[in-house]
Amino acid sequence: MFSEKVTLVNPQGFHMRPASLLVGMVGKYDATVTIVNGDKEIPGNSLMAIMAAGIKCGTEIEIRAEGAQEAEAGKAVVDFIAAGMGD
Amino acid sequence: MILNGTAASPGIGIGRVALVEEPDLSYTSRTVEDTAAETERFNAAIAAYVDYTNAQADTMREQVGEKEAEILTGHVVMISDPFMQGEMTKLIDGGTCAEDAVVQICEMFATMFEATGDELTMQRATDVRDVKTGVLAELLNKRPVDIGALPQDTIIVTHDLTPSMTAGIRPGVIAAVVTETGGLTSHSAILARAMELPAVLSLPNACAILKQGDLLIVNGTAGAVTTEPTDEELALARNAQAAYAAEKAELAKFVGCRSVTADGHQIELFANIGKPEDATGAMERDAEGIGLFRTEFLFMDKPTVPTEDEQFEAYKKAAIICKGKPVIIRTLDIGGDKDVPSLGMEPEENPFLGFRAVRYCLAREDLYRTQLRALLRASAFGDIRIMVPLVTCIDELTAVKDLLARYMLEFKQEGIAYNPDIQVGIMVETPAAAIMADALAEEADFFSIGTNDLTGYTMCADRGNEKVRYLYSTYNPAVLRSIKRVIEEGNKAGIMVGMCGEAAADPLLIPLWISFGLGEYSVSATSVLATRKQVSLWTKAEADELAEKVMQLKTAAEIHDALQAAKK
Repeated sequence: MFSEKVTLVNPQGFHMRPASLLVGMVGKYDATVTIVNGDKEIPGNSLMAIMAAGIKCGTEIEIRAEGAQEAEAGKAVVDFIAAGMGD
Repeated sequence: MILNGTAASPGIGIGRVALVEEPDLSYTSRTVEDTAAETERFNAAIAAYVDYTNAQADTMREQVGEKEAEILTGHVVMISDPFMQGEMTKLIDGGTCAEDAVVQICEMFATMFEATGDELTMQRATDVRDVKTGVLAELLNKRPVDIGALPQDTIIVTHDLTPSMTAGIRPGVIAAVVTETGGLTSHSAILARAMELPAVLSLPNACAILKQGDLLIVNGTAGAVTTEPTDEELALARNAQAAYAAEKAELAKFVGCRSVTADGHQIELFANIGKPEDATGAMERDAEGIGLFRTEFLFMDKPTVPTEDEQFEAYKKAAIICKGKPVIIRTLDIGGDKDVPSLGMEPEENPFLGFRAVRYCLAREDLYRTQLRALLRASAFGDIRIMVPLVTCIDELTAVKDLLARYMLEFKQEGIAYNPDIQVGIMVETPAAAIMADALAEEADFFSIGTNDLTGYTMCADRGNEKVRYLYSTYNPAVLRSIKRVIEEGNKAGIMVGMCGEAAADPLLIPLWISFGLGEYSVSATSVLATRKQVSLWTKAEADELAEKVMQLKTAAEIHDALQAAKK
């Protein structure tokens, strides 16, 4: 299983646009991605769940990925978040 | 009969009423035995909703624009979420009916969105509820009225204009819109303006008073609806309609143009706003920045004083809407005629000469600190500039700058972002500031002349007092000389000099401002294009010639007449 921590750097956090970009990215890989925020596990393929979590700028989260392409999927998501999600 | 509402989108529409009511989406909850069949019914409703919404988005994209269509494609993205659909089918598997499943899960997400505290996500709660209504309509087989099929010259009368209704509107067919709710900055108003559809909003009980097929005149410029119009009223309305169309075509030529005089001297043309969301309308009307953002709204009609975070969000919002264009924010200008209940200010014998604006703020550092810190934090998100009202002497400005320097140091230690080069200027609205303009120009980063108060204080006349109102006129030579001096001293010191009173948009006075060398004009959003046009009519030489003549006159009446005679 892939697991890596990353800090949210874009000022607005997971609002609709970055959340949909992330979900679109997750969909391209054969892997189940989970975002872990404290004790909450959020499915990486759900725009609604990611937005509802309201994770704010500066929060450290953990990205987990499981499946055939777990390494690629996990790394892509971590890089995307670390780069500010296009904001 | 004439009914009055909010003038939300200008223009005049003449036509017959079509009442567009929201379909009744009430239903009875039940327990489901055949959960497989219910899931199938649910899936079919989702598929139908997605098709219908995508088709509406296409229409919206063609007729209004990409941005408006995105509201609807966003709804499709939301309902297509596998996790959310999974939660709904789980409920159905447990025997919940599809209607309840949709309502419960959508409401759950809407509530969670509202609890995030993130403004962008909180606004999306409305979209989740739109999705809920849309899917429910499919489940109950009650799609709303087909607006696309309404006849020529129809006036839509509805409780609230929703984006999905707007999608069906064909330009040239629908004459106007009347709603029972919604203000100037509501979805309805923004959509009506984007489609250039005359609209009167917030007309109480419109759906009950106005009847299907009634002939109406809807004046979106005045916010008036005329029922049972006479032939004379109809003829007048048709004339006004033609005049409005001609004026609009004329002003449309100035959209996207630089603001320059006939001989190419560039000026800056900004807008005045009272709420952060008003910046959207200002940008729509091609303002080049915000010249006066009044912050009193944050403080008035509220039981408590707004926190630093609340203020920060409001200022940041304006900065983000303006995308890097200047946003001049005036610090709290209370007292005088503006009372703030939460501050418990004591009544004064002579409030206009009393404890108000910067005087009050400097004595209440707790209050001012909150606002100045919020402004500094927001300055990391755009070109925010701070304007201090009612300055009469240099000490007041240096005191504000000292406070700002102290808060900047705090932020540096706390690691909070701000713009260290933030401009701090003053509103020139007292005779003392005008007389001391040369000295103030050395300390201030910009001037903005507040002609309303400057006129009142210079003439010692309250414009609300009918007996002395004749004295309250910016055409008075005393006021004009004062303004001329302020502009010249500011220009000499090389700082920006603007004007944010009503006089900045006065077509008679504009040649004087050109001649005096006014650099920035801040006017109401609706006057931006007209002001750009007026400025474009004059060359500097023509304006100078007129100003030279006018400034030798000795009375307001003579000056008014001379400017009127020279008007272009």
